[in-house]
Amino acid sequence: MTADQPDAPGVDDRWLLRLYVAGQTPKSLAAFANLKSICEKHLASRYEIEVVDLREHPERARSDDILAIPTLVRRLPEPITKIIGDLSDTEKVLIGLQLVPR
Amino acid sequence: MPVLVDAVLKKIPSGITGLDEMTGGGLPGGRPTLVCGTAGCGKTMLGLQFLVRGALDHDEPGVFVSFEESPADLAANVASVGWDLVDMQQRGQLVVEYVRVEPARIQEAGEYDLEGLFLRLGAAVDAIGAQRVVIDTLEVLFAALTDQATLRSELRRLFRWLKDRGLTAVVTAESGDGTLTRHGLEEYVSDCVIFLDHRVTSQVSTRRLRVVKYRGSSHDTDETPFMIDTNGFRVLPAGSMRLEHDAPKERVSSGVPRLDTMLGGAGYFRGGSVLITGTPGTGKTTLAAAFLAAGCERGERAILFSFEESPQQLIRNLGSVSIELEPHLRAGLLRVVATRPTAHGLEAHLATLMHAAEEHVPQLVVVDPVSAFDAAHEGRTAMLIRLIDWLKQRTVTAVFTSLSSSEDDDAHLGVSSVIDAWLSLETVESNGERNRSLRVVKARGTGHSNQVRELLITDAGLELVDVYTGSGAVVMGTARQIREAADAAEVTDRRERTEMRRRDIERRRRRVEAEVAALQADLAAEVAALERELGADARSAAQRASDAGRLRQARHADGTGAP
Repeated sequence: MTADQPDAPGVDDRWLLRLYVAGQTPKSLAAFANLKSICEKHLASRYEIEVVDLREHPERARSDDILAIPTLVRRLPEPITKIIGDLSDTEKVLIGLQLVPR
Repeated sequence: MPVLVDAVLKKIPSGITGLDEMTGGGLPGGRPTLVCGTAGCGKTMLGLQFLVRGALDHDEPGVFVSFEESPADLAANVASVGWDLVDMQQRGQLVVEYVRVEPARIQEAGEYDLEGLFLRLGAAVDAIGAQRVVIDTLEVLFAALTDQATLRSELRRLFRWLKDRGLTAVVTAESGDGTLTRHGLEEYVSDCVIFLDHRVTSQVSTRRLRVVKYRGSSHDTDETPFMIDTNGFRVLPAGSMRLEHDAPKERVSSGVPRLDTMLGGAGYFRGGSVLITGTPGTGKTTLAAAFLAAGCERGERAILFSFEESPQQLIRNLGSVSIELEPHLRAGLLRVVATRPTAHGLEAHLATLMHAAEEHVPQLVVVDPVSAFDAAHEGRTAMLIRLIDWLKQRTVTAVFTSLSSSEDDDAHLGVSSVIDAWLSLETVESNGERNRSLRVVKARGTGHSNQVRELLITDAGLELVDVYTGSGAVVMGTARQIREAADAAEVTDRRERTEMRRRDIERRRRRVEAEVAALQADLAAEVAALERELGADARSAAQRASDAGRLRQARHADGTGAP
């Protein structure tokens, strides 16, 4: 379980992650906390998390085609991938972020 | 108490032609309606039309949530119907909210809800003050999301949300194998469920709509044909459920004066339906065309639907029997719509027919022939009955021709019961020739003739003549002429024979009289001779007496004794 698998993003890539939430719901808070800890562990100092609260900016739901809440969008590195849920299942988050092979 | 519920339940015009008739006014207002059916059955079209008509006709803006088709695809799909979705969006009449769901790109990791969808829908509704919503189609969500329990509870929430907002919604879902929807969504939407069916049998497609459920309202539960064409989505409910059309007393000429006479003196009833059946070449088209030509000459508008001949062919052929359609075509009174029966399904044909009739607004219509729709066209009878009814409601006098080889065929067609007048044309073959006979099988409301007539199609047009009925046989054509001539000769013969006999008798009478006269003369002569003889005898007796006296005197004899 390392970040330098052949198919996985390179270790030097900058990570841009966007977390869509809708208000301060338990699921939203859990998602942010889970994401933060995963990033610290696997992407230390080369990630950026943007949190978008759709309650305040509903129009932004369109740009990333948000259906479920919470949704994590990996903007960078490309390609864009999406993970939905409170990110409590770390294994699946890592798969979704392609930090481990599928 | 359904009546009470009906009064409370507000119905919203669906914008789908014919559907409101079936549901008694439209879809349940402020509630979701589930529209289910197989892929490609017309769910999206129904939804779009519900929104477009709502916005354009009722000033009710709408939101279309699309999980499948992009706004560009949607706009392109309905451009042929004449709807400009882009323009409508610019005018704030419509929002297309495209929620692209790509299962391959979505990883589920923990609990979630569909709040994103709710927020987007809510924003779109608020942006234009939408009153109508379409969600097309929920199937996509079931395919994309693995957490079905969450999905189901979120859908339940969605339907409640729509209801709470007072939005009249159409939610589409795909039907399963033997179930209304693949995922049992009908459990969540309890107000109104509409099922669309699209079958292809013998390469002919048939579409059917059924209102499965409509809580608190009576509705038509029949499988009802529908079609999608350049006029959009149209349902053809059985208007015949209610026999409400006017029954005008006015008559319309059949175009053949003698036939009018046969039909109680004045032809077909205005708004009536006439069926002309016959074997090939009996003159069905010609008889129907005569009716149209006569109508156009009175200045009436007419449509001829031809499924066998092209307009040019028809005009040429009818021209040869002095039925001139060309001038009426040029005057814009007549329209000829010619299509191949196999080109479309029955619904599509009906759509063409109704569309043309709505545009041209004819008083007279001919469909030539309805038998062009064979058994491959499923539900032909029901469809024809619908058409007949539809025309009746518009007081259009309609003539349908139908090819038949026997009366059984006509029974198969199954429409004879809804037809007002039925003319049967037959060919009678004898003595090496074929002649056409016409008889009125039925003509409701008229004291019609029960006689068979011979139909003559000549350069001058159509003519009905009496058939020869002498000597107990019905004879037509040349045989009729021969028999009539023979009859005439016989009459002359008989007259001559009578004259001869009269003269003969006269002669004999005179001879008898002469003989009588001669005999009488003989008799008279004999009588005279006898009288003469009797006179002579008397004289001689007297002579003898006087001679004896004189003798006695001479002998001086006394007494009386002998001398």
